[in-house]
Amino acid sequence: MDLVLQLLFTGIGIGAVYALVALGFVLIFRATNVVNFAQGEFSMVAAYLMVVFVELGWPYWLSFLCALAGMALLGVIFNLGVYYPLRHRSFLPVIIATIGASILMANSVLAIYGPQPQVLQGWFETPGIQLGPVYLDSQYLLIIAVTVVLVIFNYWFFEKTMLGKKLQATSQDKEMASLLGISVSSMIMITFIYSAVLGGLAGILVAPVLFVSIQMGSTIALKAFAATIIGGFGDVAGAIIGGLALGVIETFGAAYVSVPYKDGFAFLVLVAFLIFRPQGIFGERVAEKA
Amino acid sequence: MSAPSDNLPVTASAMSARPAVLRHWPYFVGAAILVALSATMQFDGYIHNILMQATTFAIAVFGLSVVLGLCGQINLAQAAFFGIGAYAVGIGTSDYHLSYWLCLAGGCILSLLAGALLGASTLRLGGHYLAMVTISFQQIVTLVMINTIWLTHGPDGVPRIGRPDLFQSSQSYLAYCVGMLALVGYLVWRLADTRLGRAMRAVRDNELAAGVVGVDVFRTKVSAFALSAVLGGLAGGLFAGGFAYVSPDQFSFAESVVFLTMSLLGGVASPIGSAIGTGLLILIPEWLRFLKSVPGLYLAIYGLSVILIIRYMPDGIWGFVNLATTRWRAKARLLTARRALKLAPATVGGDIVLEVKGLAKYFGGLKAVDAVDIAVKRGSVHALIGPNGSGKTTTLNVLSGLYKATAGQILLDGTDITTMPPHQRTAAGLGRTFQNIRLFRSMTALENVEIGAERPGNSMIAAGGDAALTERAMEALTFVGLGSRANELITSFSYGHQRLIEIARALAANPTLLLLDEPAAGLNSTEKLELHELLKRIAAQGLTILIIDHDMTLVSEAAQHITVLNFGRRIADGESMAVLRHPDVVTAYLGSE
Repeated sequence: MDLVLQLLFTGIGIGAVYALVALGFVLIFRATNVVNFAQGEFSMVAAYLMVVFVELGWPYWLSFLCALAGMALLGVIFNLGVYYPLRHRSFLPVIIATIGASILMANSVLAIYGPQPQVLQGWFETPGIQLGPVYLDSQYLLIIAVTVVLVIFNYWFFEKTMLGKKLQATSQDKEMASLLGISVSSMIMITFIYSAVLGGLAGILVAPVLFVSIQMGSTIALKAFAATIIGGFGDVAGAIIGGLALGVIETFGAAYVSVPYKDGFAFLVLVAFLIFRPQGIFGERVAEKA
Repeated sequence: MSAPSDNLPVTASAMSARPAVLRHWPYFVGAAILVALSATMQFDGYIHNILMQATTFAIAVFGLSVVLGLCGQINLAQAAFFGIGAYAVGIGTSDYHLSYWLCLAGGCILSLLAGALLGASTLRLGGHYLAMVTISFQQIVTLVMINTIWLTHGPDGVPRIGRPDLFQSSQSYLAYCVGMLALVGYLVWRLADTRLGRAMRAVRDNELAAGVVGVDVFRTKVSAFALSAVLGGLAGGLFAGGFAYVSPDQFSFAESVVFLTMSLLGGVASPIGSAIGTGLLILIPEWLRFLKSVPGLYLAIYGLSVILIIRYMPDGIWGFVNLATTRWRAKARLLTARRALKLAPATVGGDIVLEVKGLAKYFGGLKAVDAVDIAVKRGSVHALIGPNGSGKTTTLNVLSGLYKATAGQILLDGTDITTMPPHQRTAAGLGRTFQNIRLFRSMTALENVEIGAERPGNSMIAAGGDAALTERAMEALTFVGLGSRANELITSFSYGHQRLIEIARALAANPTLLLLDEPAAGLNSTEKLELHELLKRIAAQGLTILIIDHDMTLVSEAAQHITVLNFGRRIADGESMAVLRHPDVVTAYLGSE
């Protein structure tokens, strides 16, 4: 029982990271109808930026802010270099371009830092607290706390602010939004910046738990994508629930079934959902209009 | 009803009289020379390895040109299928001492099954799913290769892989691989102009229209995906025999990306492009070996190239060359139809061709169509009218199977088609056009109409083969007045002409019932008159038509019978003039006082 509780805590912690990246996926998908296959690399690049800044001897909080600022910049470059020139083409060229971008980012980092995984210290000095039978790792606590805050922020931002409403309008009907005087291209730019920062945040938070490596991006992206399908493609709440569920499933799978195949569970769950419930937990099937 | 038979004077299709294999003798002569060269020329080991790699990789990239180029579906796991083939030959020949041929066949079957399963579970959904699922699959395969040590030897790889007795020497094995390359290249090249190939291109250009003209979209996509997988497996099997050693890192996601880049660089639409892309991306890295000293730099450049190619050269090198040399190449010969188009709608059931009973379609709480009855008499022109938002197009979409009916029954010529998918309804005799034109935009007018003529169960082409198909399509194009422009691409036609091509595509299929969705929308007054004339000529041949339109002049002149919808319900039905004077209809259109 104690083990179950411990695994549940770890699962939710790691699931929260998937949820954050999945949220970035969903936001870009809703704004552009394109899945950004480089979303995971945002996390990886942010983690490396963090490593660099911390090694330079900067305080943790400053490194953190600078890494996020770097991600915002990367979001701008990504939009201008990859998405924007292809915005009038069909989805296939765009996703191929994002795959290209993902490979470019991952291997540029590899070329600069080499293949050795880096280590990033956690935010807190105290490694964690013992609460009854469960050991609460401070970094996992931080991850969960940040995710909760971000989910609330996200809700407030999209439902209560004018900018959030404009973003929603853009994602639902670009033509109509532009007729109402909303600058669609700046809305898309904001979406990319926001998603890059979200992805970056997830990367920085998870870095002390995992190693900072080139592969972390694609691994996280794969899980996050599975999370969006489990939750219901394009659904914000679905992405979060799906992410948490996947983290828990994976942690239990690794503990009770097999460690080397830990990364395979996401795929199995994904395929099961695709076959039996492709619209996910929250999704609704919509037919294309003739 | 006479299907064109082979003993008619064949002028239009003299070219097709000889089997294609004979007509393409230059290809086979060229291939034979290449095989002979690779069997006799002396290469040093280094060159030999490069050639071996290029040959086997090109076969895997051919697979991508089928799935991505012809069918428009992405496959990011080609290296996994390549690996399955390679490991089958590797493990089979070295650990179990099985025959090379058995292992090669086994590897192909395994990759075929894996591809078909993966495709079947994902291809009903959008392309995003496919991309991510293939990446996941790729990673699973890599995990298995590394971790199932009892079977795969893990990271150490499989050494001492065998070759067939016939091709024991490296030189003869290379010649054998070149021969396979030539064979597969020929098949992939010819695939584009077969029934399956046309179906794939139709799916790539417009999935929805493909279903409506009778293509089984899902099966076509799964076929394309499985075909690509099996070519990957075959290539992998050849590769394993060539290098006698395989290890997991040769089949990683990075390799899948390399395959994709090769395909995109050369030009995804054609096997020639695949060969060019493969050759370049194997040679260039050899020339730039110094880049390999920095890990990652290499793939970073690949990633950048993918972005740049997609942006600046979307059709690849071969597409670019093709475009630049268009005007110097011989134009495809313009064929002329030998006969006038003959419509011979099947008559199986009774007097009523289409019987709709209690049809309903709800979107959540919205009753878009509710309890609608329609009976279309054989040989008549029947109009379905109603104000905007009255449920006309929804009704048409339910009839052609794009939407599932919430309730009710649809009988076409006595057959219950209520639950059939679109392509089966088309096979049962339904033809339709779209309000917002849905043609296959990368193809010529003739090819578009050919795909229509290929409707399963079209008695007008019967077993006549490609010649009959082309003849039928030419007849239909001539019928709508565009026969002389048959070989032009869709994009070069005006809106009105595109509409006519869509009608020709439906007519070529020789349907039992033709559904026309607002055919006059967007046409100018001259074009409307022409359309009206065309409808008269179609009706004169006894084809039953159900037409939706706003143009009251067209509707009242063309249709004998009118059904009126408002707010999803039938408010009037009967003989044209009576219906148009019906007070409820007048109120629905003009409002009440």
